[in-house]
Amino acid sequence: MKSGSNLEKVIASGKPAVTAELGPPMSADPHEVIKKANLLKGYCDAANITDCQTAVVRISSIAAAVLAMREGLEPVMQMTCRDRNRIAIQADLLGAAALGIKNCLCIAGDHQSFSAAGKLKGHPGAKNVYDVDSIQLVGILKKMRDESMQEGGDKLEVAPKFFVGAAFTPGGEPMDYRPHRLKKKVDAGADFIQTQGIYDVEMFKSQMEKVRNLGVHERTAILGGIIVPRTAMMLRYMDSSVAGVSVPKALIDRMMKAKDSAGDDKKQAKAAQEAEGIKIAVELIQQVLEIPGVKGVHIQAIEWESAMPEILKAAGLYPRPTFPDA
Amino acid sequence: MIVGKQKPFEEIWDMVKGFKKVLVYGCNTCVAICHAGGGKEAEILASMLRIKASEEGVPMEIKHAGIERHCEPEYFEPLMEEVKTYDLVLSTACGVGVNFLSERIGDIPVYPGINTEFFGAVPQAGVFTELCAGCGNCILHLTGGICPVARCSKSLMNGPCGGTNKGKCEISPDVDCGWYLIVERMKKLGTLEKLYEIQPPRNWATSRDGGPRRVVLEHIKDLEEDTVKKES
Repeated sequence: MKSGSNLEKVIASGKPAVTAELGPPMSADPHEVIKKANLLKGYCDAANITDCQTAVVRISSIAAAVLAMREGLEPVMQMTCRDRNRIAIQADLLGAAALGIKNCLCIAGDHQSFSAAGKLKGHPGAKNVYDVDSIQLVGILKKMRDESMQEGGDKLEVAPKFFVGAAFTPGGEPMDYRPHRLKKKVDAGADFIQTQGIYDVEMFKSQMEKVRNLGVHERTAILGGIIVPRTAMMLRYMDSSVAGVSVPKALIDRMMKAKDSAGDDKKQAKAAQEAEGIKIAVELIQQVLEIPGVKGVHIQAIEWESAMPEILKAAGLYPRPTFPDA
Repeated sequence: MIVGKQKPFEEIWDMVKGFKKVLVYGCNTCVAICHAGGGKEAEILASMLRIKASEEGVPMEIKHAGIERHCEPEYFEPLMEEVKTYDLVLSTACGVGVNFLSERIGDIPVYPGINTEFFGAVPQAGVFTELCAGCGNCILHLTGGICPVARCSKSLMNGPCGGTNKGKCEISPDVDCGWYLIVERMKKLGTLEKLYEIQPPRNWATSRDGGPRRVVLEHIKDLEEDTVKKES
């Protein structure tokens, strides 16, 4: 075992792994994290704790990861390259490991201009860092873990033992380069990969074929990303505006049909769309898990963690495997 | 070239309104090409300031001048005695010019009339684009002649992030994804496999992160010093 994390154990067992997502609040109140952790606990093998997603200031991923851990939910601490240079990154990694965090996902992070994209003022005038990129960050974690060495070459008395993750946007442009870039992440040391949300399963199948041709699927655990649709509007938005995500018209039509079935009853329209959204998510999970080389799913029920039990049960992924304490 | 953009007029007026004798001092090289701070722009700005001063009832003598380059002493030395007769020099040179003149002018303040933007090119009249970040460690041979430091919003070194959208950057549909351009260019050059290699963390000490930078050509410096010695 590289880290001994629960996620690593599930992947090693050969059973399909399930990760979820927990977004920390814009608040110093820990209860939001505690509440979400308790909703997710038992319904995933580990949950990603986002690192100021969309560049909005929130409880830090390291602190929220510790709050989740106290509730018995294993965290995947996300670490972006946007806000820290390699000194701060490595200091935080040592601290996170010292606090018991065992999984870390390395990502570039949304540009700070995202923080003011919605209704929020955000911090679009912030200076970004990007001292290292996500692939270099993966390499840093591997070097720290396997060689007990900092990026600069200084020795570490005790190495941080992380199960190292990275992201893959199969539908991102330029699409023919993406599998090669994924291979770079795995060459750098990524033990697991979580993909961007997949709605276009045919596209993902074709990208996975290229990934398999590069032999990448045998050297890392690829978890297909599932973003649980909640409304037809959300699907339309993701199709038009989220980079690397395309939603087939048939899925949007299904959600529209569910919405229209309720007529003018807004409450009923919401319930019908949510029911259809869960159905779609379950189908996507099953289709994605059938693709050779896929070792699990990363399910994001954004601000809708309560949907996880139903989704997992319907997808035949519940209960989650457990392992006796070593 | 260095691309600049004139500061908002109100900001300039706030800077200069307390002075009695002001020289608007243009530079006829880079910032003239981008219509921001050449002798012609300095003349127009001086006129605007005279009108404003008169409207506000502020007594102020405003002149203008322009020289070839504010970054080499030989160009502004001939005018230096006259320049020193002003209370304020409003320089429309780039930031290099403002700094350089400030070091040589004595007790007279030099204020910036333009914002220095970036190193860029002129793809079409009136359009200027940033193409180089002056990082001090060029890797353009590895990226098809397109710079990821300057042209990727995150200065990523190992290919495009997940934010590429229809060939554009996640920050704006008006900004090209630098890495999209690099990958497409490398495909055309038949050298895409160069992008399969991992680029390790960079040494940013060659960039601004290493502190203020200096390039010294010893052979030319020594020659110059010898000539000065001989002459004296």
